Amino acid sequence: MNPLNTIFVLLAAFLAVYCESSIEFFRNFFGAQIDLLPAIMVYTSLTMGLVSVSLLAVFGGLLFDSFSANALGISIVPLLLIGFAIHRFHGLLLRDQIYAQFAFGTAASILNPLLTLMILLSGETNPLVGWGTIWQLIVMALGGGLLTPVCFGVLDSLSRALNYQPVSQTSFRPDRQIKRGRA
Amino acid sequence: MLKKPQYIALALVIVVVLIIFNLPSQTMSRCKLAISGLFLPLFGLAGSSAQLIEKTGHTVLPRSVLTKENQKLRQENEQLRIQLMQNDELFRENSRLRQSLEWQKQTRWKLKLGHVISRDPANWWRTVQIDIGSAQGIRENLPVLTSQGLVGRTSVVGQNRSQVLLLGDPNLRVGASISDKEVRENGITISTSGPLDNNLVNFQYFSRNNAVKPGQTVITSGEGGVFPKGIVIGQILDVRNSNIGVSSEARVKVAANLNSLEEVWVMFP
Repeated sequence: MNPLNTIFVLLAAFLAVYCESSIEFFRNFFGAQIDLLPAIMVYTSLTMGLVSVSLLAVFGGLLFDSFSANALGISIVPLLLIGFAIHRFHGLLLRDQIYAQFAFGTAASILNPLLTLMILLSGETNPLVGWGTIWQLIVMALGGGLLTPVCFGVLDSLSRALNYQPVSQTSFRPDRQIKRGRA
Repeated sequence: MLKKPQYIALALVIVVVLIIFNLPSQTMSRCKLAISGLFLPLFGLAGSSAQLIEKTGHTVLPRSVLTKENQKLRQENEQLRIQLMQNDELFRENSRLRQSLEWQKQTRWKLKLGHVISRDPANWWRTVQIDIGSAQGIRENLPVLTSQGLVGRTSVVGQNRSQVLLLGDPNLRVGASISDKEVRENGITISTSGPLDNNLVNFQYFSRNNAVKPGQTVITSGEGGVFPKGIVIGQILDVRNSNIGVSSEARVKVAANLNSLEEVWVMFP
């Protein structure tokens, strides 16, 4: 595994949290802020190893919580669980299909806030939850799902542009070469 | 099956999470501010870009528009100066009367301007971060407001940044009353009626047989020790009896626009 890919993913998480805390368009227009970390986690868990998944969960979770009234570290656990679950079956999943990326992005984007809310509600904290939360979860799920293929596109392009490409193998085999002329 | 390095990575994450969860709350707050400090270059860059765009806009603006705006602001400034003079006189008169009645002396509000740099990315909290902190004299539990009305209070304070709990956050409760000569109803404003209503808060625990009507202004009551009396919170939207039936509750439309906060004032007692 090239460490550059992991660095790209962590950088993407950094920018995602920055955008979430400073861009208010989605919150003002749809009533909910879209979280990009689950989408990046889907990409990481389908493309990289468990070390990258763990690093993204810790780094992304800490960055997210540093801007939020969440207790520090709360967001690490849901991200890690999602990443771990997808990574367990990544060999069976259709990573390159856009509909598969959308489906996993949607599932991850709805599970992440749900798990976080469950952890928060099981503690002493009292987050703002009501009927409107259902609408917020739908917006987050659809938004996250739609942005997951975009994440795949951007991060794959970055990886291709800045990494060494694997040498393509030709069909030429020296042992199968037909030698002409007299023996 | 998992490989050995993967087990190590997982174990490390679990250890990190356990350590963070067991940190004392003050250390946790400091860690949060330190981590969010990583974003300062980005916020600085965004701020400079916005200023540059604004400056470019100013150079493009025609001189006649600027002159007109300048004239309007001058007039407004004159009006405010005259009002301030009148208020100064009223303040002095109020102080003299308070002294003669041996009431506690009221002090003037001291304000410090802060810029909102970020908003809570989680949908279940209502907080923002501002660019002033303990280095500028900010401490916890100071009221934060705009010229329209109350915004919230400071909660976590770092050296150059502070977190502000906005009206509607589940962790913020404000002692409130109706600003009406004939109605003296005290209550508490509690979190929003739903996660989608950013500019609506519930005004609860006031008596059932009351004269509270839609359109009346709700102000801080001064009870609780955090917010001084008289800061506008908003206007009553509708009134209904609470589920238990002992008291009434009303929805209040917050006067300050909490969706587009850019500059806020932190009030010192």
